[in-house]
Amino acid sequence: MKHLKGIKLRHRKNTEDFSTIDFPLPSKIILPMSMHMGVPCTPLVKVGDCVRVGEKIGDCEAPFSVPIHSSVSGKVTAISDYRNAVGAVCKAVEIETDGKQEIYENIAPPVITDRGSFIKAVRECGVCGLGGAGFPTHIKLNPKNEIDTLIINAAECEPYITSDYREMLENTNDILSGIEFIKNILGIKNVKIAVEGNKPKAIEIFEELTKHDNDVEIHTLPSVYPQGAEKVIIYNTTGRIVKEGTIPAEVGVIVINVSTVGFIYRYSQTGMPFITRRITVDGNAVKESKNIFAPVGTPIVDILNFCKTDIDSLKAVISGGPMMGMCIPDINMPISKTTNALLAFNKYDDRKTSACIRCGRCADVCPFNLVPAEIDKAYKIRDVEDLLALKVNLCMNCGSCTYVCPANRKLAETNQLAKTILPKM
Amino acid sequence: MNRLIVSPSPHDENYTKTSDIMLNVCIALLPALIAGCIFFGIRAAVVTAVCVISAVVSEYICRRLMKRDNTIKDLSAVVTGIILAFNLPVSIPLWMAALGSFIAIVVVKQLFGGLGQNFANPAVTARIALMVSFPTAMTNWVLPFEWKNGADAITGATPLVLRDMTPEKLAEINQEIPSCLDLFLGNTGGCIGETSALALLLGGLYLIARKIINPAAPAAFIGSLALISLIAGENPLYEILAGGVFLGAFFMITDYATTPITTKGKIVFGIGCGIITFVIRHYASLPEGVSFSILLMNILTPYIEHHTRPKVFGAKEAVKNEK
Repeated sequence: MKHLKGIKLRHRKNTEDFSTIDFPLPSKIILPMSMHMGVPCTPLVKVGDCVRVGEKIGDCEAPFSVPIHSSVSGKVTAISDYRNAVGAVCKAVEIETDGKQEIYENIAPPVITDRGSFIKAVRECGVCGLGGAGFPTHIKLNPKNEIDTLIINAAECEPYITSDYREMLENTNDILSGIEFIKNILGIKNVKIAVEGNKPKAIEIFEELTKHDNDVEIHTLPSVYPQGAEKVIIYNTTGRIVKEGTIPAEVGVIVINVSTVGFIYRYSQTGMPFITRRITVDGNAVKESKNIFAPVGTPIVDILNFCKTDIDSLKAVISGGPMMGMCIPDINMPISKTTNALLAFNKYDDRKTSACIRCGRCADVCPFNLVPAEIDKAYKIRDVEDLLALKVNLCMNCGSCTYVCPANRKLAETNQLAKTILPKM
Repeated sequence: MNRLIVSPSPHDENYTKTSDIMLNVCIALLPALIAGCIFFGIRAAVVTAVCVISAVVSEYICRRLMKRDNTIKDLSAVVTGIILAFNLPVSIPLWMAALGSFIAIVVVKQLFGGLGQNFANPAVTARIALMVSFPTAMTNWVLPFEWKNGADAITGATPLVLRDMTPEKLAEINQEIPSCLDLFLGNTGGCIGETSALALLLGGLYLIARKIINPAAPAAFIGSLALISLIAGENPLYEILAGGVFLGAFFMITDYATTPITTKGKIVFGIGCGIITFVIRHYASLPEGVSFSILLMNILTPYIEHHTRPKVFGAKEAVKNEK
């Protein structure tokens, strides 16, 4: 089958053989009310309140949002304005831990009988897409259209990150049970577990465990970035094209991250909401690279110290992968639900940008056939008509164009800037 | 603690720089330079050196006067200098070679905005300017290995002129129509760097292997020229091996700035060059048409590019906005 274009990256999965270890309880956590895509939550607690592990501390009426739960037991010490890495401001609840880790009394496995109660339970558990984008999972699992294929996104195409990979090795049965669970409740016929070819061990395990299951297919994706992007993974596994302005459900597909599936199964068994997550900690400033389980809201600096990072030499800290992750402006910020990796570097490429030589490498690598060099030119003169014709609105910001540019032009960034001057549809 | 750097993604580094690309082009040009020195003597290297030095100096001074960043480190001026030298006869007065570099770098490249902004190929345009200004000096073709005779070196006609001559005329000037093998090796009269198809092919294959150039354009150019010659009853092998076809195909129509970005566009560009080259060679008063074909197609590049934009994945069909 024909695949979309992309780039070969150095995988640098240095932590792939590191089993996940529990992160020691931090002395305080900070829970921003917006860790997902959608409407931020309103705090349900006041300063001075005592909260326990799994207690809901933030929620909102809007359907396109997910509630937030405390990952520790302790006392609320502050509720203040918080500016996240993208620059948006929301409230954040600061909780000082008491070390007891008492479990909230109302924690019990959800009663799931049909699709309606399932979707409600998924919303209540506070889970959102764990691959990085943080799309509310209960919205994704409740489409209006007929779905015939469930794609489990196990591509993990970014360099360094191995948190999904460790989930696949350490919680294989949770994932398979979760798939079975979702498939039965939503009545989906086919399941494709899409794994990038650089994870042969995971592919082997999945194949072994699903060999008697005719509905589940293991699909090996080429080791070409960005396989994990939704439209790319759908095309490369099913050949279906998600057209401009439509969603995957309209071609009968739901794509869900592999760790999200594993979590949904565990939640269905224990009732414990989404409060801890697996994080890969790596980068050249980190002396002891690790995969850790950390409470959501743990300050980044605590994690960096735990992994013996040379804080004084830090130049850049990235939440997520090096291709699409975000720079962290302050290491006192907490990890969020969508932080799948923390990368700390003591070097950062400070090469100057030079003139475009029109080599066309950006166009050669764009999975969607955009021509970033042309967009760059059109944006410079604010030619909105040409930007629309060049379809800059379809750019997914995978960063491949910037990565290959010999003149070090920030093409992906320009694409995002160009989107902001397009007329609102 | 240091302040952290915050910048948009991606954060990963890629090690191919503009100067790496240009350096690779220089390396790819070396076989042809060596071939030029073998056939036309050490003066071939001298002319090349003069072109390169004057190109770099022109670029440096020009950027200084325009108060812009110094760009000589990107090596693009070196590439332009070498390619220009390859388009000159070995006997050219050195000041003319330097003037050519000045035209290429200052007039054609920097006045239009520098690297990547020029619409015409600098070396090709400079060659045409010199040819129009100094027709005699620019068509004084020293024959291969004549450099051993010093000042008495015999000059002669180029293969494209020879093939149209009657046997009597050939006897009169004491030259023969060269064999295709001689053309392939470069054992014939012509510009410094254009005669040896073998050396140029080696360089071209190197650039293709290093993924610096896309083979579409050279293949379209050479292929279309051969095909038209075949249809027109000419010898296609002679047609593609004689003159500047290989130099143009691998090093001039693969110039990033002046040819379309898209692969489809590159093919259209190559075919256009093939057609125009053939038409000029056979129906115009000039014996050689590669330079003019490239210049003409350079002008068409923005239009070709606009009409060969690839279809964006998943894009809705554009609605024409009639005003």
